[in-house]
Amino acid sequence: MGFDPIVLFFIFGLIAGLVKSELKLPPGLYDTLSILLLLAIGLHGGVELAAQASPALLGQTLAVLALGIALPLLAFPLLRALRFPRVDAASIAAHYGSVSAGTFAVVIAYLLARDIVFESYMPLFVAVLEVPAIIVGILLAKGIRRDTDWKALSHEVFLGKSIMLLLGGLIIGVLAGKEAIAPLSPLYTSMFKPVLAFFLLEMGLIASRHLGSLRTTGPRLVIFALVFPLIGAVTGALLGTALGLTVGGVTVLATLAASGSYIAVPAAMRLALPEANPALSLTASLGISFPFNILIGIPLYLSLAEWLAS
Amino acid sequence: MSMSTRTLLTLICEAALEARILKDLERLGAPGWTLSDARGSGARGVRSAGWDNDGNIRLEVVCGRERAEQIVAHLQERYYDNYAMICYLSDVEVLRPQKF
Repeated sequence: MGFDPIVLFFIFGLIAGLVKSELKLPPGLYDTLSILLLLAIGLHGGVELAAQASPALLGQTLAVLALGIALPLLAFPLLRALRFPRVDAASIAAHYGSVSAGTFAVVIAYLLARDIVFESYMPLFVAVLEVPAIIVGILLAKGIRRDTDWKALSHEVFLGKSIMLLLGGLIIGVLAGKEAIAPLSPLYTSMFKPVLAFFLLEMGLIASRHLGSLRTTGPRLVIFALVFPLIGAVTGALLGTALGLTVGGVTVLATLAASGSYIAVPAAMRLALPEANPALSLTASLGISFPFNILIGIPLYLSLAEWLAS
Repeated sequence: MSMSTRTLLTLICEAALEARILKDLERLGAPGWTLSDARGSGARGVRSAGWDNDGNIRLEVVCGRERAEQIVAHLQERYYDNYAMICYLSDVEVLRPQKF
């Protein structure tokens, strides 16, 4: 089996950025690709959810919500031990407690390419994991204080672009059902991989820009951004196994727990914790953890899931 | 042709603040505004507008001197410490002073 073309597109973007090529995708294209991906993920999840909804799902969803609260609480002391200031530690912890939909798309494509089954309502967990870490992060930084504008913030958090697209797709998928959605199904079948490949080309370019700021952020951030995905993955994999998910499902949950947000959380943190340095969290999640998860992490988490299952 | 002098307030800041600042402007009585995406470099590094999180916006408001100074004072108090933001005033000549 040759190299995975999706990963190769990412490496291509990374190299093109690192050699300071003129290559630059129009900003509108990046937006378009991420909208297509999020909608496709949501639709697919919704269609499958309609077909296999069960009461057990509610318990699983609550457990995943608890995971979203636990992850930043794990990350925060580690960051404090690495001597990050309180506000920065809280902001980075919020990024890593939340999830990256891009990484999710890659793990889905990875499992599909290997014919490994996974619970197809996983997109629901992506939406569930996006929010709690943001609130935990703000509480870690400031405690419960009156000057936090929770109204404006919850607008940002619950009605943000990525969560709206995911939930919108999910609901349309559930309401339409498999037969009615058939004309749209290429979105998450034949079109999914090409869109993901171009998306990762742009992600490679973006990641290379953030790698450049590593020189100013120092080795402590690199240590965190490489170690925490492993801690998150083990936590997610153990939870997935305890919930009785399939090997594929455990791999997806481990990958979600290992990934750090770079769309929803940065925007929310900028408004809620303006004192936190945004370069730190974005460099960690985009420059280090995202490439790490794509290139090394996902195969590793699959082995972990297989080992836990045996 | 008779021209009147009004003040042009130009504000360049990070795109994350867009919704908040527009709300502030409305509350402070800005008669109107023009907004565009912007790129540039300054004390907080290159802001390339490549995607959602590191873009800048450029906001222009034409109004009376007093109102412009009120807006600038508010911006300085609320945002200058923690956000990438610059703001300047200049005199401009307008055709229909009653609009501003």
